[in-house]
Amino acid sequence: MKVNTEIKKKQEDYKFESPMIELSRKFLKKKVATVSFFFILFLIILAIFQPTPYDISQTDYSNTLSKPSAEHWFGTDEYGRDIFSRIVYGTKLSLTVAIVGVTVGAVIGSILGLIAGYYRGIPEMIIMRTCDVLLAFPGLLLAIGIVAIIGPGLINVVIAIAIYGIPNFTRIIRSSTLAIKELLYVEASQSIGVSDLRLLFKHIFPGTVPALIVSYTMRLGTAIITAASLSFLGFGASPSNPDWGAMLSSGRNYIGIAPHMLFYPGLAIFLTVLGFNLLGDGLRDTLDPKLD
Amino acid sequence: MRGYIVKRLLNMIPIMFVVSIVIFLFIHMIPGDPARLLAGHQATFEEVELLKEQMGLNNSYIVQYKDFMVGMLTGNWGNSLKTGLPVGDMVIPRMKPTLILAIFTIVWSVISGIAIGIISAINRGKWIDYVVMIGASSGISLPLFWLGLMLMQIFSVQLGWFPTTGIDGLKSYVLPSITLGAGITAMIARYTRSSMIEILKENYIRTSRAKGLSEFIVVNRHALRNSLIDVITIVGLQFGFLLAGSVLVETVFAIPGLGRLLIDSILFRDYTVVQTVLLIFTFQFLIINLIVDVLYGVFNPKIKYE
Repeated sequence: MKVNTEIKKKQEDYKFESPMIELSRKFLKKKVATVSFFFILFLIILAIFQPTPYDISQTDYSNTLSKPSAEHWFGTDEYGRDIFSRIVYGTKLSLTVAIVGVTVGAVIGSILGLIAGYYRGIPEMIIMRTCDVLLAFPGLLLAIGIVAIIGPGLINVVIAIAIYGIPNFTRIIRSSTLAIKELLYVEASQSIGVSDLRLLFKHIFPGTVPALIVSYTMRLGTAIITAASLSFLGFGASPSNPDWGAMLSSGRNYIGIAPHMLFYPGLAIFLTVLGFNLLGDGLRDTLDPKLD
Repeated sequence: MRGYIVKRLLNMIPIMFVVSIVIFLFIHMIPGDPARLLAGHQATFEEVELLKEQMGLNNSYIVQYKDFMVGMLTGNWGNSLKTGLPVGDMVIPRMKPTLILAIFTIVWSVISGIAIGIISAINRGKWIDYVVMIGASSGISLPLFWLGLMLMQIFSVQLGWFPTTGIDGLKSYVLPSITLGAGITAMIARYTRSSMIEILKENYIRTSRAKGLSEFIVVNRHALRNSLIDVITIVGLQFGFLLAGSVLVETVFAIPGLGRLLIDSILFRDYTVVQTVLLIFTFQFLIINLIVDVLYGVFNPKIKYE
């Protein structure tokens, strides 16, 4: 009897810790990644609450191209609009375009990757060869090509970002699926007659999530640069929109007299992309100890 | 080796074939009627129809594709819908600035990227390594058109050292090349560093040190040679970035190159020019990949080409 209670006591001592808590602790030890995480959180809060001191389209022709001051922190543009407010509003545009585009790409890419990795054979060949063709074009050129077909505009930029994200996600999810498929528990599920659909989404897909999260974060950074580049080239947001790329594009004309029109929108793009990239680096180190 | 190159060149034919079909379909999916565009706003329905007939737009896609390919292969690239000039006359003068920019950029950024990566690796954990790593992360996240505009603001507008836009001698390529190469340097430095760190842990490096070779020889002759194998692959991938980046840089600095021509032609829906430039880009990309693969063999004697 005594022995039994001792075993029981030992079991009580052993506290089960969820992997989520363990990983969070590991992540929080990485200072750079933690700072980036809170910076991104801050951007999301900015995007949701829009604390703009001025109306973004309120013009003031008596106060155009003025330098940064206490009244207008980042100065004003050629129509006397407050640049700080426009950049804050631009956060919402940039994040929405990037998140929607990359999410759509990730969903379609993941499904294709699961199918290619699980079923192999002809579906895999068709899916992967198509990916090769899409990846043969350098990213931005592909996005330009897609926007050239479907026309300029923010929604089309979202579509372009989604399409050119698909092959990347397909590749990553396929290779994870190939590895997970060989694991014993998958074979066990198959042997008790679990349906393919359930096996794919309930048993295999969760295993690919770590790889998915890392590349999702990295792709967000790339998507923001791509969207800004397309707007800058004149294929994206119209110049009247407070889009960061479009702001840079219209600011170009005032490079000699109002450099602040160029400096701040670009800084916003740079810091946001840097935040996503550093967060991605940190997540990769946390989720995949092999890749150091 | 020669056999391998020939085989690879032959392999390019089916790829170019697929790409040409993709580009052909792509051009025909762009909304808008090229004949109407060329005929102008005042043209009557009959005039547009006549033009369509002349341009072969009423033929089946297969016939049109055949005409397109025959034209491409025989150097008859058609006339620009915007200017009416032969596409060849428009494209060829645009190649020079793009080529100069690309060569300049790749040379300085590969050399400096590798050098920075080595310095960072042999000083691992010291302040110089941290500076390099922060710089590399920043370089990868920099929107290059913004970097270009900032450099232009400081060095052209404020200091007046370089011309702001256009091409006026080799001096005009300095700022565009720095802009285009910054991200590539950062990427190459990052890979060189991590590859060097791995290689410096190898046994044969310890042996070289033990037999009394100077650190300089150990790093530059023994370690670098092996890490170049990893680095060269990354350099190859950077060419794609270079092509896409040149589109942005040429726009920022108003350089009359191929990238700028592509953007202008897309904005004006000048299909004949767009398809030619896209095919040239693809061809370039494939040739560069081939060169990278051949260099890979030069640096890595373990690889045997059959």
